[in-house]
Amino acid sequence: MSKLCQNLRQAIQGAGLRDGMTISFHHHLRNGDYVLNMVLQEAAQMGIRDLTVNASSLFDCHRPLIGHIQNEVVTGIITDYAAAGIGRAISEGVLKKPVTFLTHGTRPSNILNGTDHIDIAFLAAPTSDCEGNCSGKYGPSACGSLGYAFADAQRADKVVIISDNLVEYPLCDPSITEDLVDFVVQVDAIGNPAGIVSGTTQMPKDPIALKIAGYAAQAIYASGLLKEGFSFQTGAGGASLAVADSMKRIMLSEKIHGSYALGGITGYMVDMLEAGCFRAIQDVQCFDLEAVRSIRENPGHVEITAAQYASPTAKSNAASHLDVVVLGATQIDTEFNINVHTDSNNLIMGGSGGHTDVAAGAKLTVIVAPLSRARMSIVVDRVFTVSTPGSDVDLLVTQYGIAVNPRRPELKAALKDARLPVADIRELQRTAAALNGPAKPFRPAKERVVAQVFGRNNQLQDLIYGV
Amino acid sequence: MRRTMLFIPGNNPNLIVNGGLLGSDSLIFDLEDAVSPDEKDAARELVKNALTALDFGKCERIVRINGLDTPYWEEDLRAILPLRPDAIMPPKVSGAAYIQTLDRALAALEEELDLPQGQTRILALLETALGVENAYHIATASPRMLGLFLGAEDLTADLRCRRTKESQEILYARGRLVCAARAAGIEVYDTPFTDVRDLEGLEADAAFAKGLGFSGKACISPAHVAVVNRVFSPSKADIDYAKDVFEAIAEAKRQGKGAISLRGKMIDAPIVQRARMVLEDAAEIEGVEFHE
Repeated sequence: MSKLCQNLRQAIQGAGLRDGMTISFHHHLRNGDYVLNMVLQEAAQMGIRDLTVNASSLFDCHRPLIGHIQNEVVTGIITDYAAAGIGRAISEGVLKKPVTFLTHGTRPSNILNGTDHIDIAFLAAPTSDCEGNCSGKYGPSACGSLGYAFADAQRADKVVIISDNLVEYPLCDPSITEDLVDFVVQVDAIGNPAGIVSGTTQMPKDPIALKIAGYAAQAIYASGLLKEGFSFQTGAGGASLAVADSMKRIMLSEKIHGSYALGGITGYMVDMLEAGCFRAIQDVQCFDLEAVRSIRENPGHVEITAAQYASPTAKSNAASHLDVVVLGATQIDTEFNINVHTDSNNLIMGGSGGHTDVAAGAKLTVIVAPLSRARMSIVVDRVFTVSTPGSDVDLLVTQYGIAVNPRRPELKAALKDARLPVADIRELQRTAAALNGPAKPFRPAKERVVAQVFGRNNQLQDLIYGV
Repeated sequence: MRRTMLFIPGNNPNLIVNGGLLGSDSLIFDLEDAVSPDEKDAARELVKNALTALDFGKCERIVRINGLDTPYWEEDLRAILPLRPDAIMPPKVSGAAYIQTLDRALAALEEELDLPQGQTRILALLETALGVENAYHIATASPRMLGLFLGAEDLTADLRCRRTKESQEILYARGRLVCAARAAGIEVYDTPFTDVRDLEGLEADAAFAKGLGFSGKACISPAHVAVVNRVFSPSKADIDYAKDVFEAIAEAKRQGKGAISLRGKMIDAPIVQRARMVLEDAAEIEGVEFHE
């Protein structure tokens, strides 16, 4: 029997979708993804109800999901991240059952060990053959790594590959292989390339972002970790990129050869690989076209699975070998707990993604953030949501100084020796208050739980209440 | 010490708020060219409130007012003077009479506002051919004169020549300003380098200006501050040599020698003076007291 279906409905019927099932999606097509919407639309038209969507992340392109929730086609969500458009609806109580927030490490862990069962995985693939050998490296919707799709492909009862670029069998260099795949369906387009990856990654010009980045790089150097064999992860945001740029300068001038860069990968990390700053890139997700080109062409740039990236129950994972990770924050409290789930009105606008995982794994976790955003202090008495516990955070770097977690006195001493502007986190909080004026007290309502945030140990870490 | 003087547009709150963090020795809050006529009031109000409320740390606070040929400059002074800026920068200064007019206005305002007479210093921006030719007269026109400041963009327009990165066209003006300022016993500051991205070009340009005798250089981008600070700071070799000079003097005193030589060269008064300046600058950068 051929795996190749005539259309999506045939694949859905073939996979046996029915009420109450859990279906899964990856987020490699990011804000350009068409697949989640097309599957749910088809399911809705087929009259199917009460589905749980287990998606590694949800973006604003998935807003039609809100309508499916209102119509009870979808009644449960498990995810690692929900962008503001979806997040707001969740905070406003669109879903009766609380959303389950996992991390990029705990999601594959739960799937692979059977904690979270997936009935059908609908996996977008930028290129596939008729048997389901597929890859993200090729095709008009190329996204590079398919790291977040592997656990789903390995453990879902049924696996449906959805592609807009069907090639002759066999596809060479596949990521997910045919032995795991039940059905293949070709569609006109799996995503909008403009939303999948950005064309280029822009280095920020904002002098404050650059100042923060300069402090962060000097602090990393002062920590003693920036030496031969160094491993590093940073995000795709402006401040993170600027840190990478500062690190690159130091690594080149000091002739330091790192071992690997990890994570979501930008062209900037590719530049560092090609300049000899690192021997390898371990890539769970590509953020831009340069990263996609590199993973296709450079044998030193390897695709890794989400479990290999950060699963706490894997036999080992790359995050746990990391020396340094540079991350952002929406709020940080005086205990160094980080919130990346909710905004200053306690509306959901994100999620941990890999934040919690790499903070736990790295020897040094650096948070970079301007001290205030829109006249709101980044440092607060207590974060609205504990996304990453303060015990896994070492430094907060702002333009007004660097706060060191009291758990790391030796790090504080090293930074002071390097004459870096070390400041108590409460002092930074006072500075922000002096600059911004006193903030109006805001206490989130605690009437209805709209999301549960699970930690690295898969224990309930915090609750998010509706607004 | 004014190694770097960073222009901050008077209508850019984000940059103003963070001005004290950008590493510059001085900040020049600009009410003139960076601000369009319909935003003059708003910028003046913003700079006034910023100088009232914000702490710029060790940064010197200078305000570039609008020219004396505009309807704005008197209002600028009235708003800014009570906040005791470290200096006022008037633009397009053409001659001694310009400074004297400003001097009288400052004196009258100081009296009216009950401020110490003569406390407001002037850093004159010379950016016309006439201003350059009158540099010495400008430099000596008032005891308030703190320094001369070269503005090459307007100057080259006035000279009807093309502004180039090589800057041969402003060589005469640079030399003339340095000479006039030093003859008058005041400071002199170089024009900004306008290619924000070209840090190598900036370094070469700043080093050239330092070589001519400038005390520091203006910056139009925070990205330039670190480079210009480095160029105008004494190098480790300078500091080591200056320390050796004082060590040699101490050693000669111990031995009762009159003539002192170091590395085969006689140490004379200018060498000692230069060594003292190097060590004073180094101490200021390090935030410590200098003791001979």
